[in-house]
Amino acid sequence: MSTTTNSAGPHTLGKVRPHQTQNEALLFEKSSPGKRAYKLPPLDVPAVDVPSRLGEARRQNPPALPELSEIEIIRHFTRLSTWNYAIDLGMDPLGSCTMKYNPRVNEVVARIEGLAEAHPYRPEFLAQGILEIFDLLQRCLLEITGMDAITLQPAAGAHGEFTGILLTRAWHQSQGNPRKTVLIPDSAHGTNPATAAFSGYTVENLKSNADGGIDLEALARQVNEDTAALMLTNPSTLGVFESQIHRIADILHAKGALLYMDGANMNALVGKVRPGDFGVDVMHLNLHKTFSTPHGGGGPGSGPVACKTFLEPFLPIPVLVRTEDGPKDPCPDAGDWEDTNAEPTADGCPPLFRAPILKSDGERVGDSEPLPLHPLGGPLRWDYDRPLSIGRVRAFYGNTGMFIRALAYILANGPDGLRQTTEDAVLNANYIRKKLEDIYDLPYKTPSMHEVVFSDKRQAALGVRTGDIAKRLIDYGFHPYTVSFPLIVHGALMIEPTESESREELDLFIAAMRSIAREVEEDPETVKTAPHSTRVSRLDEVQAARKPILRWKPAQ
Amino acid sequence: MRYLPKSDEERRQMLAEIGAASIDDLFSVIPAEYRLGRDLSVPRQQAESEILAYFQEAGRRNATDYASFLGAGAYRHYRPVIIDALVQRGEFLTSYTPYQAEITQGTLLAIFEFQTMIAELTGMDVANASMYDGSTGAAEAVMMAVRVTGRHKAVVAATVHPEYREVLATYATHQGLPTTIAGYDHETARVNLEALDAAISAETACVLVQSPNFFGVIEDIPAIAQIAHAKGALLIVSVAEAISLGVIRPPVEADIVAMEAQSFGVALSYGGPFCGVIAAKEQFVRQLPGRLAGQTVDGAGNRGFVLTLATREQHIRREKATSNICTNQALVALMATIFLAVYGKEGMRELAEHNLAKADYAAKALSSHSGAKLRFQGAPRFHEFVLQTDEAPGAWSQRLLANKIVGGIELSRWYPELANCTLWCATEVVTREQIDRAAKVLAAQPVEA
Repeated sequence: MSTTTNSAGPHTLGKVRPHQTQNEALLFEKSSPGKRAYKLPPLDVPAVDVPSRLGEARRQNPPALPELSEIEIIRHFTRLSTWNYAIDLGMDPLGSCTMKYNPRVNEVVARIEGLAEAHPYRPEFLAQGILEIFDLLQRCLLEITGMDAITLQPAAGAHGEFTGILLTRAWHQSQGNPRKTVLIPDSAHGTNPATAAFSGYTVENLKSNADGGIDLEALARQVNEDTAALMLTNPSTLGVFESQIHRIADILHAKGALLYMDGANMNALVGKVRPGDFGVDVMHLNLHKTFSTPHGGGGPGSGPVACKTFLEPFLPIPVLVRTEDGPKDPCPDAGDWEDTNAEPTADGCPPLFRAPILKSDGERVGDSEPLPLHPLGGPLRWDYDRPLSIGRVRAFYGNTGMFIRALAYILANGPDGLRQTTEDAVLNANYIRKKLEDIYDLPYKTPSMHEVVFSDKRQAALGVRTGDIAKRLIDYGFHPYTVSFPLIVHGALMIEPTESESREELDLFIAAMRSIAREVEEDPETVKTAPHSTRVSRLDEVQAARKPILRWKPAQ
Repeated sequence: MRYLPKSDEERRQMLAEIGAASIDDLFSVIPAEYRLGRDLSVPRQQAESEILAYFQEAGRRNATDYASFLGAGAYRHYRPVIIDALVQRGEFLTSYTPYQAEITQGTLLAIFEFQTMIAELTGMDVANASMYDGSTGAAEAVMMAVRVTGRHKAVVAATVHPEYREVLATYATHQGLPTTIAGYDHETARVNLEALDAAISAETACVLVQSPNFFGVIEDIPAIAQIAHAKGALLIVSVAEAISLGVIRPPVEADIVAMEAQSFGVALSYGGPFCGVIAAKEQFVRQLPGRLAGQTVDGAGNRGFVLTLATREQHIRREKATSNICTNQALVALMATIFLAVYGKEGMRELAEHNLAKADYAAKALSSHSGAKLRFQGAPRFHEFVLQTDEAPGAWSQRLLANKIVGGIELSRWYPELANCTLWCATEVVTREQIDRAAKVLAAQPVEA
């Protein structure tokens, strides 16, 4: 068995060495009556007589929840946490998932009392702090996407897709015909066809061309007066930028169809190119991918939807607007704003800059106090009077906690950091491609952006599949890449390193992948039965699905 | 940039190894006319201390020193500190969806516990791993009932949270799913059973009610179930205030329960992220949307957990999936699981009883003056109540705000027939002193101009 680091000892493989994890039973199995992890303060009002008050509506039997002390709960969840792999432990190269660093300051600011404790129905004048956060994030995301209008309401990417397709549908309806079909490339995420169907459209498959991109001739043939939109991921799930994107948009627009962009791969574009500039009509972003909000073991996410002006009247209610009246803040010299070649906002006032203090000869001697945090104009408010709106897609206004985190990420980066981030993400993917393309089959030779997709063709010939290689990566201390997706690549290995990996971590990953490729030739069984170092070996998924056990029950 | 682990020299070396002359080579596939030839017009890079200062200032502008009687689908309860201590462990916070079961057993086991607790609380057989929130959970539960029954209409109680009904309308419009609203009894604020019965036809897939309903009143679930089931419709019960299940009879007659679990240790956070979840009877499990964790064994016979029944989901079934949901509210569900572990069997009851007592005291105190009366006294309620005042809410709410109190929310916004009516909520964190002060200010006669 080969090793790949200088510190290789007898138990070391790649960058890891097995260590002990503690066993832990389910909470219910640890429970015993009478233990407590809570203490309520004394009731300062008279207790009520529950049976007489609730009558038939009273719960007769308490729920069978566990009874434990605080230390047991701490140990329980701490032990469980050690059974997880996570970005904080190492590289997680899941393609299409953008597993980047989740900055800790995001977690701190999302918990600031005035923000975390704000009730969604508090009067707007008591919510101006949080509404300013919405507003600044919205303006940043519009600038990043090059779009005209935005809603932060959708709770996740798929929810954003749903919202975006409903906008499309509402617009077509306003033109007299909602149309019938949505075109979806065969390389798309599963959420795209599910969303189209969920929105009442028939899904029409669009076959990719030899480069894995959109086949323009096929597109031109398939688009007709029944086509509502094309849902396009750009860069595609192959990590390839659709260089003919403007022609794709033209073909659609000529037939009155819209171009929807799945922004899952926006991490390849931020600061370099804007979807609004290349013909996209409506798109969603994943704040939990591109904008660093944590995946949290599967959520929560946030899927803002940005669109062009003609779709704005259809946005979900409510829409955030700034009132014209009210006290106006003076707008001092825009200073730095102009340094960045930026267009001033409509009101001429930059959102979050310090104006430079200049000596008479123009030399900069320092910065002023922060400019007023809200631009010229009155307070922000929610507008519900929008007769063309598609309605609500969820209660309240969206996953606010994620907006705070995403804005903190944008502020931490600034324009230069956002661009560098994109460049590093693309650099990392191309570095991996270069270092592995001699041993793993690269089905599409088109240039890679932020991710690279190999196939298991060579290894499969020896009986080892992409899923096996992925499981073996676990033994080397890495989270697997995305397995068997996109579907247009047979036996796909989809690798997205993100910008968060150092050269050292990338080199360890590359060494692991090369080592596994050697193992496939010399000792395929080791790969096919991996992982070997985890608490549990491969789990019996067939049994789990055949006779589902979805909850704990006490032993009979 | 402090999040990027590379020096410029390393970047140059990597580019050289790739064979690229500059980073721009890697972007050359993007047509030149679309490349952004300038900086993004976003705020300049901020130091961590500046980021903290910005958000702290925003928090201050939001004001934290107000007593609040707001509820209506978002509830302030005490959050035990161990919740944030545990969910901020990087192994939970920064891990991905547990598709790779061998290295995500922690998340999977916790989901299994969440599913068990929700099933236990709601009286259902199974629960999923979470939905976005209570509103989308309710809408997806209706879609689920359509799949189960093959029927294409829904009846919705007017006492379901108005925003939940709006979300359902958005979802239903494009599914060819007409919905009928069943009104409420003006004495009890419970759904009007005759109207409900009349609204259900042989084409009705389901009846959707909420309990405690939007007015805080507990619906007669057994009676509603009987009416729905007599006509072959499923009953979906939406639970927006999950703490109520500590003391209120679970809706065991329902076929599907769509719940908002925000009350279980989740911050209000101006409306999200919250934690929806759908629970159901066992026979409907293959029509459930969303992820499910299931128990199984590994090659050596060790107990382990995996995401299961994935053939319901979009990444397998694409347009034939039960829902398009992918990302859910996993970390928030973990908060709820920890909360329920802290309070446990006895604590949930005790906590719910404290809520009952506070609301009972508040309802009496606020309606004790002649200009205010308590509406809907004919049925039991949990911790919310409707107050009708002689004085317009717009007038007295200013008086309360001047005293740093946010009073009840005006109902005419959604129910025009309920003029001068406001919905108040008192959870365990509201103090007697706050209630007394609010009652005093409310009762104070406005100064005649």
